[in-house]
Amino acid sequence: MRVQRVPQKRNQVDQEKVDLSLLDPLIEKYKHKKGNLIPLLQGTQDMYGYLPYEAFIKLSEETGIPLNEMYGVATFYTQFRLNPVGKHIIKVCHGTACHVQDAETITDAIQDALKVEDGETTEDGLFTLESVACLGCCSLAPVMMIGDNTYGKLTGKRAVKIVKELKISESN
Amino acid sequence: MEKPKVLVGLASCGIAAGAQNVYDKLWEIKKADQVDIEIKKTGCIGMCYREPLVEVIDNTGSYLYGEVDEQRAVEIMNKHLANEEPIKDYVVKSDLFETGDDSFWSGQVKVALRNCGVIDPENIREYEERDGYQALRKLVKDQTNQEDVIQTIYDSGLRGRGGGGFPTGLKWRFTYKNPAEKKYIICNADEGDPGAFMDRSLLEGDPHGVIEGLIIGAYATGATEGVIYCRAEYPLAIKRLNIALNQARERGYLGRDILGLQGFDFDLYVKEGAGAFVCGEETALMASVEGRRGMPNKRPPYPAEKGLWQQPTNINNVETYANVPQIILNGAEFFNQYGTEKSQGTKVFALTGKINHGGSVEVPMGITIKDIIYKLGGGIKEDKDFKAVQLGGPSGGCIPSYLSDTTIDYDSVTATGAIMGSGGMVVMDETTCMVDVAKFFLDFTRKESCGKCTFCRVGTKRMLEILDRITKGEGEEGDIGKLEELAYQIKDSSLCGLGQTAPNPVLTTIKYFRDEYEAHIHEKKCPAKSCKQLLTYTIDPDKCTGCTVCAKNCPVDAISGERKEVHTIDQDVCIKCGVCYTKCNFDAVILS
Repeated sequence: MRVQRVPQKRNQVDQEKVDLSLLDPLIEKYKHKKGNLIPLLQGTQDMYGYLPYEAFIKLSEETGIPLNEMYGVATFYTQFRLNPVGKHIIKVCHGTACHVQDAETITDAIQDALKVEDGETTEDGLFTLESVACLGCCSLAPVMMIGDNTYGKLTGKRAVKIVKELKISESN
Repeated sequence: MEKPKVLVGLASCGIAAGAQNVYDKLWEIKKADQVDIEIKKTGCIGMCYREPLVEVIDNTGSYLYGEVDEQRAVEIMNKHLANEEPIKDYVVKSDLFETGDDSFWSGQVKVALRNCGVIDPENIREYEERDGYQALRKLVKDQTNQEDVIQTIYDSGLRGRGGGGFPTGLKWRFTYKNPAEKKYIICNADEGDPGAFMDRSLLEGDPHGVIEGLIIGAYATGATEGVIYCRAEYPLAIKRLNIALNQARERGYLGRDILGLQGFDFDLYVKEGAGAFVCGEETALMASVEGRRGMPNKRPPYPAEKGLWQQPTNINNVETYANVPQIILNGAEFFNQYGTEKSQGTKVFALTGKINHGGSVEVPMGITIKDIIYKLGGGIKEDKDFKAVQLGGPSGGCIPSYLSDTTIDYDSVTATGAIMGSGGMVVMDETTCMVDVAKFFLDFTRKESCGKCTFCRVGTKRMLEILDRITKGEGEEGDIGKLEELAYQIKDSSLCGLGQTAPNPVLTTIKYFRDEYEAHIHEKKCPAKSCKQLLTYTIDPDKCTGCTVCAKNCPVDAISGERKEVHTIDQDVCIKCGVCYTKCNFDAVILS
């Protein structure tokens, strides 16, 4: 089901102050438009990478949309995150074509290499590992996407190599 | 003499295969060497298995080069474009000579995909040069009666290409007949089926074709506002749609008094989805556009009565709209010359899985599954045995190889227990476990269930638990019966298409592959050797040379043995990861 009954744990990084004034132009743009809730949340997430707790409060106060409605929508759609994510999000495709061509191995290999579980972020805050339903590049299965780059015809080894190279380029 | 043209296939999958680098390289050489050629972007050419693709059109003919990396790009520039010496070895399609890949195109008819891979999707002029917006101009010029437009669509036999198969003309008529002043038209581009990318290809390759279809739909139904609901996972499609919309506005195809016709007002915008499969269902989609949780509502009232913002609304799929301009321009007979009596026209499929020639194909209805897989698809990878083909994604089912003479039309496919669906066609071979496939789809629908109906919410979870047990070797007598019972209850008691069809993958695999379920349950074996927990790895004493490679690589130290002596695997410790099996150089590890 699409709703997490277990309350979401609030991540430590959340405690850092977020600059809420960034939201002003967004609120201005959508304030009086009907059907504005999803674009508001999408805009907020574009800004912070996730939906900070404080942003919910501010959005609700300034647009008049009740908090519960916002939270309901934010938890319904998989796009929205309530916790900060790593600098790079590794999306491993688990669509049908990737599944029958062993996408599981790719996720396993990256989990081993980065020492994170599916959905978690590495301690250095560089990577978040996610499984996604379908990236639509089925003929290149198995596939993963990091940022805007898609990598196809993967093996566990190649996937780990790509991630490690990215890590090295980050530390330089 | 015209300049040679170079087209680079820059759809998402081409870019993933490295086409952007090739495109940049070509430009770099063109600039450095002052080569007098035209280099252009285009959409998905369809031959995904040969990506990246580059087509050269010169005064002798056309040459489609496959698997073009930067190295090959340099060669093409140096030999073909500088010295007029085509490199035949790299050509995968040409109008001058035959290639080994010609079977991929045999039997394909491009109606919806006619511009994909031919024009630059970011340039409206190129669309216009290929009869683009001529259908709309014709309607406006003749001030064609709305009912006549609808009748043409009805006569063409076009049915909903998202999978529902409802006659499009009829749907349009319902909205047209509604006297309300404000009406909406929506394009459903929330292509959520895993293993399907037809809509993405269309939107990335020919956005204007879909937009023109929508404008014609608005003309016929009287809608004044339109929404393209596109999933956020398709950033390139969204970008190209927005470019196309702006161009269409500038050229007067959208806005007030379109093409000068007084009172013909219509505008269109893209709404990004937020990641929920259920939003492909029309009532859930509208809830999402309104900014609410995407939960389906009871029908009736149908969208044509009360849709978006409680106003009459017409919703069709991307591919449905893409066919419309061609039908209006060339008449209903142009479209229904293809296909069968009840399923007319062509259908786009995303052909993927264990197949040699994966890609996006458009075929006339009535073609057999066998022809698609063996002629277009070039057969099964590594010459393995063809086991089944999955049609219709999580709502569809698996059609076994012995039914591969089934023709592709709405009724024949439905008769097998699968559905036509939106066009995902995933091919499976002998190494695919059908119980695992059923589990995969059910896991998907369970996660994506919105939770409104108890049977869908809880029932899919219970079914998944049973399947999970079966694939772990903990299946019990009576499990198949329980699965079937739950499946029929979920089908009967769910409000929307998601729940009503969620059990289909399980039901069709039980119907056609019952023996595999029984082998898992009774013998604790996976005939496809795919379910990890049911496998045992042993070492063949006759083949083992005692090289110690397996023991060194075993992550849990389950393998023991002295150097140059036969090794053994401790079954209690083994985690069945398969590393020894892949590492052994002497084929001494037996998988059973």
